[in-house]
Amino acid sequence: MKVRVYVSLKNGVLDPQGRAIHHAIEGLGINGVRDVRAGKMIELDVDDSVSDTALEEMASKLLANMVIENYRIERLAA
Amino acid sequence: MSFRSAVITFPGSNCDRDMADALEKIAGAAPFRVWHGDADLPDGLDFIALPGGFSYGDYLRSGAMAARSPIMQAVVAAANRGVPVLGVCNGFQVLTESGLLPGALLRNAGMNFVCRNVRLSVANNQSLFTSGYDAGAEIVIPVAHHDGNYFADDAALDRLEGEGRVAFRYAEAVNGSARQIAGVLNAAGNVLGMMPHPERMIEPEQGGTDGRALFESAITALAAG
Repeated sequence: MKVRVYVSLKNGVLDPQGRAIHHAIEGLGINGVRDVRAGKMIELDVDDSVSDTALEEMASKLLANMVIENYRIERLAA
Repeated sequence: MSFRSAVITFPGSNCDRDMADALEKIAGAAPFRVWHGDADLPDGLDFIALPGGFSYGDYLRSGAMAARSPIMQAVVAAANRGVPVLGVCNGFQVLTESGLLPGALLRNAGMNFVCRNVRLSVANNQSLFTSGYDAGAEIVIPVAHHDGNYFADDAALDRLEGEGRVAFRYAEAVNGSARQIAGVLNAAGNVLGMMPHPERMIEPEQGGTDGRALFESAITALAAG
């Protein structure tokens, strides 16, 4: 089963990468973009037996740094 | 009694030789060189150094993989027993990722890699690592990093400042660090993480010797203890 873990910076944490992307979008001549925040998506292929608790543990202890990031776990239908 | 120190090398560390060289020149005894995959540290260590570099290619986050490597369990245990631990640059990132120090090191606010000598002020000269400096002294130490922008929430920053745990501050704009923080101590005062590289400023040939007092402070503290 595929699982996706989305990791994003918490509100209030400066995101210079998002800001640079924002500038680049403006460079394309596209207006109306108010803000850009960059994050990452980590896709895992796991046995069905891997519990939600185990996924929470890997997300909170490793995939995201809870000082600066939030995560969201999504199980994909097979 | 000879000074028993260890320098940990992770895959991608690149300041481990400089760190070992500085320790040997200042302490007069060569440090043990310990590999990230080792499970144990040498017995009876007086000092552990986590060097700069790009451990594990900075995969996931700077220091994230190294913080979960086998040797770090032994380093955390030693730190919790009171063994002095110094993390420089990537070593600082490893210390925050391992939970030994609060906060996190974000991408530099200006997005650029910063590699130059910077002026620092000694914010706390009462610690194990800084007693050899005068209070408020301004020193020059090089930085070389992309992710040195120290972040912690306001409550954590207030606590660090209130407890005198900010060891060094930047005396000029460098990377956007909260409250100009360049180095922080743990609550017990035996763990210091800092982005600037004191091991690169120990001999006049390197452009200055302002980093020397940091190592001398720890050695003196050990001899006195």
